[in-house]
Amino acid sequence: MVMRPWDPTTMISCYARKQNHSRLSMAFQGDLNLEATELRLGLPGTGDHERRTPPVGVGVTKNNKRGLPELEDGHREESTRTTKTQVVGWPPVRSYRKNCLQPKKTESESGGGVYVKVSMDGVPYLRKIDLKLYKEYPQLLKDLEEMFKLKGGEYSEREGYNRSEFMPAYEDKDGDWMLVGDVPWNMFVTSCKRLRIMKGSEL
Amino acid sequence: MSENNRHHPQQNHFCPAETMSEDEDPCRPSPPPPPPPPEPVSKKTRNCAAVHPSPHSDRVLEIVLEHVLQFLTVRRDRNAASLVCKSWYRTEALTRSDVFIGNCYSVSPARVTTRFPRVRSVVIKGRPRFADFNLMPQNWGAHFGPWVATMGKAYPLLERVYLKRMSLTDRDLCLLADSFTKFKDLVLVCCEGFGTSGLAAVASKCRQLRVLDLSDTEVLYDGVDWISCFPEGETCLESLIFDCVECPINFEALESLVVRSPALKKLRLNREVSIGQLYRLVVRAPSLTHLGTGAFGHPEPQDPNDQEMDYGSAFSACKSLVCLSGFREVMPEYLPAIHSICTNLMSLNLSYANIGVEQFKLLIQHCCRLQVLWVLDSVCDEGLQAVAATCRDLRELRVFPLNAQEDVEGPVSEVGLQAISEGCPKLESILYFCQRMTNAAVVAMSNNCPDLVVFRLCIMGRHQPDHITGAPMDEGFGAIVMNCKKLTRLAISGLLTDRAFAYIGRYGKLVRTLSVAFAGDSDTGLKYVLEGCPKLQKLEIRDSPFGDAALLSGLHHYYNMRFLWMSTCQLSQRGCEEVARALPRLAVELLSYEENEEMDNETVDVLYMYRSLQGPRDDAPQFVRIL
Repeated sequence: MVMRPWDPTTMISCYARKQNHSRLSMAFQGDLNLEATELRLGLPGTGDHERRTPPVGVGVTKNNKRGLPELEDGHREESTRTTKTQVVGWPPVRSYRKNCLQPKKTESESGGGVYVKVSMDGVPYLRKIDLKLYKEYPQLLKDLEEMFKLKGGEYSEREGYNRSEFMPAYEDKDGDWMLVGDVPWNMFVTSCKRLRIMKGSEL
Repeated sequence: MSENNRHHPQQNHFCPAETMSEDEDPCRPSPPPPPPPPEPVSKKTRNCAAVHPSPHSDRVLEIVLEHVLQFLTVRRDRNAASLVCKSWYRTEALTRSDVFIGNCYSVSPARVTTRFPRVRSVVIKGRPRFADFNLMPQNWGAHFGPWVATMGKAYPLLERVYLKRMSLTDRDLCLLADSFTKFKDLVLVCCEGFGTSGLAAVASKCRQLRVLDLSDTEVLYDGVDWISCFPEGETCLESLIFDCVECPINFEALESLVVRSPALKKLRLNREVSIGQLYRLVVRAPSLTHLGTGAFGHPEPQDPNDQEMDYGSAFSACKSLVCLSGFREVMPEYLPAIHSICTNLMSLNLSYANIGVEQFKLLIQHCCRLQVLWVLDSVCDEGLQAVAATCRDLRELRVFPLNAQEDVEGPVSEVGLQAISEGCPKLESILYFCQRMTNAAVVAMSNNCPDLVVFRLCIMGRHQPDHITGAPMDEGFGAIVMNCKKLTRLAISGLLTDRAFAYIGRYGKLVRTLSVAFAGDSDTGLKYVLEGCPKLQKLEIRDSPFGDAALLSGLHHYYNMRFLWMSTCQLSQRGCEEVARALPRLAVELLSYEENEEMDNETVDVLYMYRSLQGPRDDAPQFVRIL
């Protein structure tokens, strides 16, 4: 796996290229750029965004007056919102099987579960995540931190992800390695091929 | 000894290990041994008696008996032998090497080890099946801990442990690895509670490990690379199954393990293993008989160029391959590579492979010897017709839903079922998920497939009638119990009235396992079954209008059953209490879905009851009330 050296000039020019690209395709990427430049009082990354919905298949029975203890109230509400006819444990297919097959269904329907591999320097295994499950960078970064047991870093819209020891980078469609957080979220999701958490010493 | 005693399990009912999940023989409760009748006199005994004094001839008889009883392997035979007299009881207990415990709470570990001191193999089953579908709250129980603690001391030579729906911790696995120096086979089906650390302990310490099978078992990835923990040098491994384990795998270590396991016959990889990696394993292990292919797609960037890999040749070299599964992230362009081995296949599991009709037909046309087939309904009725045309020897078919929801269009229907019934007359076991069905097709199957032992039809829309006539599905299921004389397992669905249950009670004389959901009109339905099915062992019911009166109509039978599960029915606490009073050896558990809610007398969320010799268990969580 060959990685281009971290060269600020190269990165800037790449970014500029991509920024132009993103302006041209703004119309197709929804209102993400407007959000990015919107003046807000809140911290970047906050604001009203949906919580991730629980996996399909976890529902609430409409015959029972009670749900199951392992469902939190929030999840229960979301489940009832997403589908009102689903019943717990019906049809009788084990959750493992349902979860294995669900992503396939999403791919054929909406054209997207964006699965990318995540590697981390010094760890011999890869993980895989679905970028479609996230709506924004802080969610993703938090999950990465949990997944690889990293200590918390800071994300700000202006400066991107700022972390002393580890830096998440991604390989884009052109084969270039970019820092996570530089480009608007939707653009990142469509262009990211794989993720790598690099050790600070290599930067 | 009165006839009544037969129904009371005053003794345990242990049985030798079963390799299949469905019991071959029902477990009979053994009453206490009657006072010994005069011992049977054989030539040998008489001669011995002539030469030696009396006590010695008793001992000789026992020795003879021990040798003879070694040949008894079937549970039912052993149970029968143990009832003859005290001497036979003792000798049988000494010679039983395989113990089967169908419900881990029916008896305490100490009681098992006291009665059977020389056990080499143990099968223990825990949670009831409906727990798989989130109908049982978490942490209900079925802990392996007490068992391994007791057996660790009593059975140092234990070789085999088979657990189904049990909870184990890493510590339990460590204790297992430390206690049993000759340990060979670990089979965990639908288990959970431990992580890769536990596996590492088993891998590193069980030097004679032959079988490590983790089917449908949840393993927590805690960072430990368990594959690397197998000792250096040749291993005894014959079977390594981890296809449902969602952990990353150190491929180099796995490859090395396969290379140094010359006896390896069964290898089922998880979906982390790419097709390129599979290729490397297959060329190194061409004598495999059972293969789970892992992803069967997603070549890694570091895999050598695809063109260099002749997948077709690699697979054709596996002349012994009879059982193929996996295809977890299948890329259809690779499927032709297995066409050459399809003619040898006896078992094919494509139930995680979302492949289209055409791809499937190209594959299945070669599988003329197939006996077991698991697929997704994405193969459509047309795919099932292709199966019917080719797989004349089919014994078992399972059709799983790609999209497990109600209210959607389904790709399979009565058309597929009818085709299968016409093309596969030797069918013994079927599990069929669909969105629409007709009585006519089910009746046809009952006529065309007289060897059916297991019939499980799941019409996914609740209360769905015959979609052509609008009638309930009573007649279809009625025909099944009437015509399939060997039927022991039945799962019903769709719109069903009490009439369906009348049929089951009238004709289902061999039925041992019955699964009911959203069915029936009144208590009468359940009464028909409890009064009519003498072999009923396992009854699981959800969301059906059966109440206390129905429950009480089964009092004569509950000691003969392994368990009864009723959730979201119309039972009240008082009804359950009455059962508990009438049958003191029954553990009557009431489970509540709400935490910390006072149970009112009106409704019971879940009733789970089972015969037990050990009294109420002491590890029940808060939401369980044992009457």
